[in-house]
Amino acid sequence: MSISTVAPKVETPFRRFVAGFCESKVAIGGLVVCTLIVLAALFAPLIAPQDPYDLAQLDIMDGRMEPGSVGGAGFTFILGTDDQGRDMFSGILYGLRISLSVGVGSAVLAGLFGATLGLMAAYVGGRTDSVIMRLVDLQLSFPAILAALMILAVLGKGVMNVVIALVIVEWAYYARTVRGSALVESKREYIEAARGLSLPTRRILFNHLLPNCLPPLIVVGTIQVARAIALEATLSFLGLGVPITEPSLGLLIANGYEYMLSGKYWISFYPGIALLLTIVSINLVGDQVRDVLNPRLQK
Amino acid sequence: MTVFLLRRLLQAIGVVLAMTVLVFLGVFAVGDPVEILISPEADQLERERAIRELGLDLPLWRQYLVFLGNALQGDLGRSFVFNEPALQLIYQRMPATLELALGATFLALLIGLPLGLYAGLRPNAWGSRTIMAGSILGFSLPTFWVGLMLIMVFAVQLGWLPSTGRGETVTILGMRWSFLTWDGLLHMAMPMFSLSLSRIGLVIRLTRSGVRENMVMDYVKFARAKGLSPNRIVFVHVFRNILIPVVTVMGLELGGTIAFSVVTESVFAWPGMGKLIIDSINVLDRPVIVAYLMLIVLMFIVINLLVDLSYSVLDPRVRLESRE
Repeated sequence: MSISTVAPKVETPFRRFVAGFCESKVAIGGLVVCTLIVLAALFAPLIAPQDPYDLAQLDIMDGRMEPGSVGGAGFTFILGTDDQGRDMFSGILYGLRISLSVGVGSAVLAGLFGATLGLMAAYVGGRTDSVIMRLVDLQLSFPAILAALMILAVLGKGVMNVVIALVIVEWAYYARTVRGSALVESKREYIEAARGLSLPTRRILFNHLLPNCLPPLIVVGTIQVARAIALEATLSFLGLGVPITEPSLGLLIANGYEYMLSGKYWISFYPGIALLLTIVSINLVGDQVRDVLNPRLQK
Repeated sequence: MTVFLLRRLLQAIGVVLAMTVLVFLGVFAVGDPVEILISPEADQLERERAIRELGLDLPLWRQYLVFLGNALQGDLGRSFVFNEPALQLIYQRMPATLELALGATFLALLIGLPLGLYAGLRPNAWGSRTIMAGSILGFSLPTFWVGLMLIMVFAVQLGWLPSTGRGETVTILGMRWSFLTWDGLLHMAMPMFSLSLSRIGLVIRLTRSGVRENMVMDYVKFARAKGLSPNRIVFVHVFRNILIPVVTVMGLELGGTIAFSVVTESVFAWPGMGKLIIDSINVLDRPVIVAYLMLIVLMFIVINLLVDLSYSVLDPRVRLESRE
């Protein structure tokens, strides 16, 4: 008799989550597109036919060529070229790297910062709580785009500055979310038990309380990554975001603005499509994650 | 109700004061206007006189007090660039922004409510799925890019709509409005639509989830048992309960819409407050930046108050809670 090699399927929260997520075909599609985009950005130097930052590889004679034309270097510009003769396809791949790293980086930093403050507000309570929550209210009552504009007007252009602005604009969402679930969790018995063992506060907060507040945090996080990418693109489009030496998708679109009116659509069009695909796929994933993790919708 | 109102007002004043400090400090840190305003050829004496005239020689806290005192009298300084009162500059451009934002909100409700109702009543229909997918798209589409694409299709390729400016305006109460002339409406069409796109998605989702939550409630069952027609249940009873969150969110979003029109106005060269603030940031026109921010803060506080009030009118439970 051979012993069955198939391990019995234990239902773990993670498996339940995966099963729930796979219920929506659209969400799976979103995840696939999202993964492809991240891979394309990661391996941009290997995929792109041209290094768009290397001025030696650019030829001004190739400027503003239509998609599908063949340039002086011998390869086809499948998405056309911009005014500098830069291959748009390569430009988009490299632009994706900047857009994604700014979006993910700011979301992670804002998440760390916001979650810590939210946990403190819920666990310590009292005056700490009311001060933090007042700050959250103040932050949320002011539109993100304006706050970010002002911060960048003060700090000036730059990738790091955009990240700082986005973190300042976004931390409040995480803080409010984490505080909400931490308030519920901190009344549970396991926290009481941990307190009874007189564990250090830091350990209770980060080893016991935080892991149990993760589901809503993940939901907010996914949606905030998409928001951050869109906001960064908007700021760069307005000329207050990333510098011209590190063009994100938003800046690529802005560069094509003046050529739009003469019918040279591709300089703005394709970076926009890349931006759109990125944001939509993240939102589709985030949407399904929220539906699966939302206790109100669970059967 | 009065206590509730008073407490809210006091809170609001506190927030305004806090914001004046933040805005003042923030803007103070933005570059040195002396470098921009005074020509490099000016000699030391001229420079000093100009600095004194602009009040830039006082210590920071004195400048803040002067600013606060003037602000209370409705004087937020003169624009360094236009040499006109900053508030007046903003007021001149306000109608353009207001009509854009209000138009976009109206359009969002007009399109979003019926679509959301349909998607909520038939959650599994093919049409509903399309609507919901479309609403995610509405959220995700970057406003400025949609604007560019609209210009490309309707202005460049088809030549149907003008791509920049406000067109013909009518003067009412000393303010110029575009939405009353056909030419103005044509100019408004694209900016209004691109601004309303994300709001349409929002209205659809709010309406849909509202319908779905309300349709399973006891009062709907009761109304059905009473023999009311499905139309009456949906359009009279359910609709009123859905309107509460929709009104709140759209009210709160109005401020956001006005703020976000910064982007739309830049794309379509719409001469509103948003374009003014971007231009002012680029030339460091400090008084205009401060005045704009203060107005926006005030506006947000008024909107929040109004939403709270309308909430307590629409939902009696809120009134009762505040009385405790």
